[in-house]
Amino acid sequence: MIPEIGTGLLLVALILALYGAVVAALGARRGRLALVESAQHAALGVSVLLTAAMLLLIYAFLTFDFSVRYVATNTNLGTPFYYRITALWGALEGSIVLWAWMVGLYTLIVILRHRTSARELYPWVLTVMLSVVAFFLLVMTVAAPVFARMATIPADGRGLNPLLEDSGMITHPVALYLGFTGFTVPFAFAVAALVTGRVGDFWITTTRRWTILAWYFLSLGLLIGGWWSYHVLGWGGYWAWDPVENAAFMPWLTATALLHSVMIQERRRMLRLWNIALVVLTFSLTLFGTFLTRSGVIASVHAFSQGSIGVFFLSFLALVVLVSLALIAWRWDTLGAQGELDSVVSRESAFLLNNVLLVAATFTVFFGTVFPLLSEAVRDVKVSVGAPFFNQVNVPLFLSLIFLMGVGPLIAWRRASVENLRRNFLGPVIVGIVTAAVLWVLGIGSVLVLLSLGLTVFVAATIAVDLVRATRARRRMGERTLPALGGLLRRHNRRYGGFVVHLAILVVAVGVTGSQTWSVHTETTLQRGEQAELGGYRIRFDGLRESQESNHGKVTGSFTMLNGRGAGTVLEPAKKFYPQEQSPIAYVDYRLGLIDDVYLVLGDFASDGTSATVKFQVNRMVSWIWLGGVVLTLGTLLAVLPEPRRKAA
Amino acid sequence: MKPKFLIGGAVIILALGYMIWAGVTQSVVYFVTPSELQAAPVAGKAYRLGGLVARGTVNWNPATLDLTFSVSDGKSTVPVRHRGAPPDLFGEGRGAVVEGQWTAEGYFKATHIMAKHSEEYQAPHDTKDTQTRRLIDTLDRRER
Repeated sequence: MIPEIGTGLLLVALILALYGAVVAALGARRGRLALVESAQHAALGVSVLLTAAMLLLIYAFLTFDFSVRYVATNTNLGTPFYYRITALWGALEGSIVLWAWMVGLYTLIVILRHRTSARELYPWVLTVMLSVVAFFLLVMTVAAPVFARMATIPADGRGLNPLLEDSGMITHPVALYLGFTGFTVPFAFAVAALVTGRVGDFWITTTRRWTILAWYFLSLGLLIGGWWSYHVLGWGGYWAWDPVENAAFMPWLTATALLHSVMIQERRRMLRLWNIALVVLTFSLTLFGTFLTRSGVIASVHAFSQGSIGVFFLSFLALVVLVSLALIAWRWDTLGAQGELDSVVSRESAFLLNNVLLVAATFTVFFGTVFPLLSEAVRDVKVSVGAPFFNQVNVPLFLSLIFLMGVGPLIAWRRASVENLRRNFLGPVIVGIVTAAVLWVLGIGSVLVLLSLGLTVFVAATIAVDLVRATRARRRMGERTLPALGGLLRRHNRRYGGFVVHLAILVVAVGVTGSQTWSVHTETTLQRGEQAELGGYRIRFDGLRESQESNHGKVTGSFTMLNGRGAGTVLEPAKKFYPQEQSPIAYVDYRLGLIDDVYLVLGDFASDGTSATVKFQVNRMVSWIWLGGVVLTLGTLLAVLPEPRRKAA
Repeated sequence: MKPKFLIGGAVIILALGYMIWAGVTQSVVYFVTPSELQAAPVAGKAYRLGGLVARGTVNWNPATLDLTFSVSDGKSTVPVRHRGAPPDLFGEGRGAVVEGQWTAEGYFKATHIMAKHSEEYQAPHDTKDTQTRRLIDTLDRRER
């Protein structure tokens, strides 16, 4: 029964979403509130139906209803409880359901928050959001039917992809999708602004928090993805410039640009056209990313299957871009700037340059990602563009961006005087240079590393300078230090939230620089009782054992750390043998530290258990990247706090 | 717009264009089959070599970590040497993509092995080749 009920629910939801989208637009054009209200009800209905469909699917997973093809292909009787729930988004069809459900949820929040505050734009926002939901529902009904029935009900399912049996699977897709779908809201507002001709600053200020939240979830999704890659895949890295990573990274770059450029529009009435273009670009890139990862045009862990889904996404992407361009052309005259750039040395210029660099980085990532596809399609030559390309082109861009991160928030608007520059930057520049010099004396020869760490310290120093100065000013008014600092953060939460996020990026930058520079690895075959040494760490191989888990067999190696921090810790990397897979899957074991991670991957082993080949890595400062995620969360929370009411002076 | 902003913009675009061009020409890696490689081998150049691991050619020495095998496409075979344990999906008669360089000594020096299922080893599932794809790419990623 479940397949039929589920299909029915989704079909009704599709009809309701289409109805709501049309009715909201009609209501807006004719000024009929009743129609808009009807669209609201439709949106509520869509959300309820999608929730019901999702619960139904979870129920099917929990009860092992193998009449549903999706359940049969993504679980088996041995799949542990939690992964039977997360298997919901373990493959293509389910991930589309989750996606649509989230857009539905966002639509409800938009209704609650903006029904009265954004009266003119609101009906069109509803139209756009319901259209997006309708698109996903269409994909679900035609291209990727999640409730498709098995012709014959199997006794057992095929099982989840073993690599997805990991806690990262619970959070990574959810965070990433919350980010991807979150950009629907600013996009819907931008379209509404164009349609109504109200292209002023209202839609920008209204969607500021939405953009920040979507950006935050996307950042979190990327970081958790890196963590999953690091501790599951067993290659010791966290970012491979893999097309799917790039697919999520591109909208992150343009959204980052947007977060900065809206400030210029709010403050100086410039960049109207640019901001609309950035929103459209960001939303389009989320669709493009989905197309790239889900259509099978590239080979990847995330490319679940081939089929008509690629055509759907490409068509929808084309529709979105064409409609947006047409609207922009229609409103071209009203999109001109009211302010002008006064000087190259000003905050506007710093922000503008930040935007140019971020979009440039987006373009290089885009180029590197699609170049192999183009090369094969056009010249019939198979090539691959690997990490060296992306690193070579992007590292200078990112270093420049870090530099601007220090300059932008402190430099004066309009035109910075020499005095302004000296006052804000002389100290931090000296601190940065001294840091680089000290590191050089300590024996770090790489110019890139010196630049990266010197710039990082420079930016941290600018933040410190600003905080110290502002706190002092408050102390002069009679406040004590800590309350002064607290009041400052609360009162200017946007500014200081931004600073904390900048700190988070710096922490991640240190982690990336450190891990790329100082990590060491080796591979060796050890006899039982034999030791290996790397980067100051000694380990001893103590033997192998076999075991049987609920849905797989396992051969575990036992390695004892003999010295340094964590001496006595036993690391147990393993190979898992899943009956549904023809080859074993490596299970990594590690001991994380603030500076050093000791990281082991079991390679080949002798069947009598007397010897094993092990990949032995000491990865340095990788933890800083995850730490950066924590700081990022704090900064985002600070930035989205409601702004305090100004007390009358 | 003032001219200095236009000039600045032009400089940035040119610099970026140069970086991309230089980056691509330096780091693009060509996929070749054993026949294509044997037809025009260039020593020291980076390739991705794809084919089947020929039966009876795999030799793995855990003590020295030396792995040697041949990659074949039915017409030509290329001898490959690698340092390190064979990856999980690696096996005789299975597909593999090997990244590395052709050497003047007449063998292919591998830096990464990306093993994959070949058609003949595909399991008879009703889900077409999705699972195979996943595994290929899993290994593709893992081997970076």
